Amino acid sequence: MVGETRVSSPLLEARGLVLAFGGVRAADGIDLDVNEGEILAIIGPNGAGKTTFLNMVTGYLRPQAGSIRFRGREITGLTPRRIVRLGIARSFQIPQLFTEHTVLENLALQLAAREGFWAPFAPLLSRARSERALALLERFGLGELASVRADALDEGARKLVDVAMATALAPRLLLMDEPTSGVAASEKHAIMDRLVSALRREGVTAVFVEHDMEVVARHADRVAVWSNGKILAQGPPATVLADPAVHREVLGVEVAPC
Amino acid sequence: MPLRLAFAVGFLALALLAALQPWLRFVLTLALATGLAVLGIMMLLRAGQVSFGHALYVAVGAYTIAFARPQLDDVLLLLAAAVLAAVVAGILVGLFVSRYRDIFFGMLNLAFSMVVYSLLEKLYWLTRGTDGIRVARPRLFGVALEGARYEWALFALALVCVAIAAALVARYLRAPAGEALSALKTRETRLEFAGVSARRVLFQAYVVSAGLAGLGGGITALATLHVTPLLVYWTHSGELVFVAILGGTANVLGPFLGAVVFELVRVHAAAAFPDAWQMILGLVLLGIVLLAARGLVGLLEELGRWWGRRV
Repeated sequence: MVGETRVSSPLLEARGLVLAFGGVRAADGIDLDVNEGEILAIIGPNGAGKTTFLNMVTGYLRPQAGSIRFRGREITGLTPRRIVRLGIARSFQIPQLFTEHTVLENLALQLAAREGFWAPFAPLLSRARSERALALLERFGLGELASVRADALDEGARKLVDVAMATALAPRLLLMDEPTSGVAASEKHAIMDRLVSALRREGVTAVFVEHDMEVVARHADRVAVWSNGKILAQGPPATVLADPAVHREVLGVEVAPC
Repeated sequence: MPLRLAFAVGFLALALLAALQPWLRFVLTLALATGLAVLGIMMLLRAGQVSFGHALYVAVGAYTIAFARPQLDDVLLLLAAAVLAAVVAGILVGLFVSRYRDIFFGMLNLAFSMVVYSLLEKLYWLTRGTDGIRVARPRLFGVALEGARYEWALFALALVCVAIAAALVARYLRAPAGEALSALKTRETRLEFAGVSARRVLFQAYVVSAGLAGLGGGITALATLHVTPLLVYWTHSGELVFVAILGGTANVLGPFLGAVVFELVRVHAAAAFPDAWQMILGLVLLGIVLLAARGLVGLLEELGRWWGRRV
């Protein structure tokens, strides 16, 4: 279903990415394609280089070798600011919020970043921008928190606001680093359902790092398994998650999900 | 709007003080000039950046007036020249310092200001060194004003400048680029990941702050009619930061409240305790930092809330 009948080139192409920190190879020859419209999950043990990959794609880290192309254009070594303007946004494993601002203002700052940021005397919370920010928050079930200061949120809400902020940038490609870690288990699936259906509705391609195999099985079109800076396996969740080698590497001693 | 009301009440109170105590006209004009410079400092404080060299732009404004006065005989043109020169200086230095944060930002500003201090002191043929330059009293709208009338005119002009600057800065602080100042303090990287240049956010505020300090320096020069290198000495920069913290950064009233209280405490303390006035200023700031960390403006808000609960 995914990847067999590829007509155009992939949205994102990573080739031979290498990045070592001291002796640790966080990326040791990463080759990965992300196709337009798909939702790709990245799994793997801690320290396998999953976040490093996101950091390289978004320009936060520069690979020592290899190349990254987005919509056919070379983006290796560009700054995060340039890359986000090309249409790649990300959310963070540890939420990165503007803690002196309200949730609504956090969203509005993202919306303003796309247009009207430098108008010196037009308020951040213009009526149009506030309404759009509120609509985005409501999509994540965060409407009631609009006027709460970001430093007063609990961890789960903080995480969701962080993801909402990334989507506010209206990216072509959205990278999410553990979008639901810290969110209460009972809400996890409902939130991912809403998020994924919104992404599909708007045709946003997404990559997310995830530790919960149930979430992966339910929401990802494809899974890539990271191990020691390499991709161990990739393919549809049903196939990959049933692979004994993947079990050993990713799940360790844990019991496999059904 | 309570902030506008607070400014209106404040302006009336200052005018009344100036009418009742003629010698205070001069002091209050200087306080308003200081407040303008502090307004710029306050913008940078919102971004978590403390400049220990902003007296540089006060001096650029003041010396521009001293240098331009022989050719220009108009208060408004001289002030415009002062602001323009400070903005140009702010752009040149700002392009460099807006790359740096925290202690590096503070110390680089200090370094630039002290370089200018030594130049003003050493280039005697141009600046008359520590003697400074006398400024002949200029005309206002073509009218030559004497003594008290000149002081009144300058005081009124300072009030007009304060009203305009405060209104514009208040609007800027609510615009995205102004709100982004405190976003730069809390999560600079997130700004970059939204596609916004954090450096430009700081740079723009820096240039505005330089222009405001230049305006303050210009008014100071027109009030004292004498400029000396002491204007750019590091203690003067420190004083501006002192006043910013005293007044508080919650809104644009803080810098002016801080500046007026600072000048009034200084002149009265200096008159009453000639040997200990600096200690008194120090104790006032200590009290503010310990008891009202959000400055006088925060204290005022607390009072307002307390009053609201009682009524």
